[in-house]
Amino acid sequence: MKNQTAKKPLLAALGLCALLLGQSALAVEIQSLRGENAIDETTEVPEVKRYNKDGQPLPRNYVLQPPLIPHKIDGYEVTIKHNKCLSCHSWKNYRRHHATKISQTHFQSRDGVVLANVSARRYFCLQCHVPQTNALPLVDNTFEPVESVSSW
Amino acid sequence: MAKRNIAIGTLLVGMVLGVIFWGGFNWAMELTNTEQFCISCHEMRDNVYAEYKGRIHDLNRTGVRATCPDCHVPKEWIYKIKRKIQASNELYHKVMGSIDTREKFEAKRLELARHVWKTMKETDSRECRNCHEYGSMDYMAQGRRARREHQEGLDAGKTCIDCHKGIAHQLPDMSEEDPSAVLAVKPE
Ligand code: HEC
Ligand code: HEC
Ligand code: HEC
Ligand code: HEC
Repeated sequence: MKNQTAKKPLLAALGLCALLLGQSALAVEIQSLRGENAIDETTEVPEVKRYNKDGQPLPRNYVLQPPLIPHKIDGYEVTIKHNKCLSCHSWKNYRRHHATKISQTHFQSRDGVVLANVSARRYFCLQCHVPQTNALPLVDNTFEPVESVSSW
Repeated sequence: MAKRNIAIGTLLVGMVLGVIFWGGFNWAMELTNTEQFCISCHEMRDNVYAEYKGRIHDLNRTGVRATCPDCHVPKEWIYKIKRKIQASNELYHKVMGSIDTREKFEAKRLELARHVWKTMKETDSRECRNCHEYGSMDYMAQGRRARREHQEGLDAGKTCIDCHKGIAHQLPDMSEEDPSAVLAVKPE
């Protein structure tokens, strides 16, 4: 606790710097969702994005990346009463449905206590796992994983 | 002579009345076999219907719908009559108000769902198969998962409802069936 209060002024200063820097950068690059269209013109309708059909599991780009969903999930519901994802991905069911089983890390509470069932903080799968569409990446990326820890 | 005329007359009148009753009966059967009728009760409209809206059998690429009776009322006459007689139970529970609030409905939902699953299991999901048939499925056109599981399912003698629970409505808490697919610790 004490440590934290000591760090406060420093953090505030850093935050201020970041804000100033960020703002000058934004001032140049900012663009509204309308694109460069004038406000009184109608924008072109963007192409409809479609979810990919069922496929093989997708490669992971970095260590500990939440794996992407390689299939359609239309109509699948995750409610407090039932989790459609787990009806195939739970340890009990994954073999029968040839699915990837849910990670063991998902059975821990936030205090690190190991639970008998999936932890509430990992229950809502779509917070981290997402299906893919035919959209192209918005930003270029040159990231490459370290050789020794990339399995693909 | 007069006696015979009366006999023939009675017979004719009987036949005409029969046709009218029969027609009326079938007419009533058809009238109660529409989505409009089913959702005339708020118990059906506010719960199962609201959940069915926008799902695949209500809204899809080709615009072909499956409505309540398509899945819940058999097409064959004799089974249809049987289902209609069972439906008098629904009237009783309507009067009793057994599920007249969302809370009451949710509390009874597992029981109701089990009835439906049991019936579908017994009939080898007859109502689904009125529209879908293993034999007419082009497995190559299906998704990777569907292709594999349908062929395995067919071989293992499984029926549609074994794998497609919750196709039209939200599912109840099924922890008794599968504790691994529910939220273990419920918020108070
Ligand atoms: C008079 C109002 C009313 C109408 C109209 C109505 N229902 Fe229901 N329905 C109910 C009530 C009330 C229940 C709950 C019965 C119970 O508590 O056991 C019910 C239960 C059900 C169940 C569960 C049955 C079971 O075996 O437990 C199904 C399926 C169902 N309704 C479908 C339909 C369909 C399909 C239609 C249209 C053909 C329809 N209902 C029309 C009031 C209605
Ligand atoms: C009245 C005909 C009809 C009945 C009865 C029917 N279906 Fe369907 N089903 C359809 C149609 C139409 C589609 C949508 C096809 C399309 O994608 O255009 C569909 C789609 C589906 C899908 C695909 C879902 C998706 O997301 O792609 C499944 C699974 C399915 N039905 C299962 C069932 C099951 C299980 C039953 C029985 C409880 C059933 N159906 C009863 C007509 C029917
Ligand atoms: C062994 C389990 C199993 C059985 C039995 C089964 N299905 Fe499926 N079905 C699946 C899976 C898994 C999928 C793909 C995932 C999904 O759509 O949720 C699927 C997908 C579908 C689809 C969509 C096809 C597509 O290309 O995605 C339809 C339609 C369908 N099932 C109908 C039926 C009908 C009708 C029956 C009964 C005759 C049936 N299924 C029996 C597991 C099964
Ligand atoms: C595609 C088929 C299908 C259609 C269309 C459909 N149902 Fe169902 N219904 C089911 C299945 C399957 C169940 C069993 C529970 C489950 O798996 O969700 C069920 C369960 C129910 C139940 C019991 C409560 C519950 O949620 O389990 C009621 C009541 C019901 N349906 C009424 C209706 C009404 C009213 C409509 C029309 C708005 C309708 N259903 C349309 C397939 C269908």
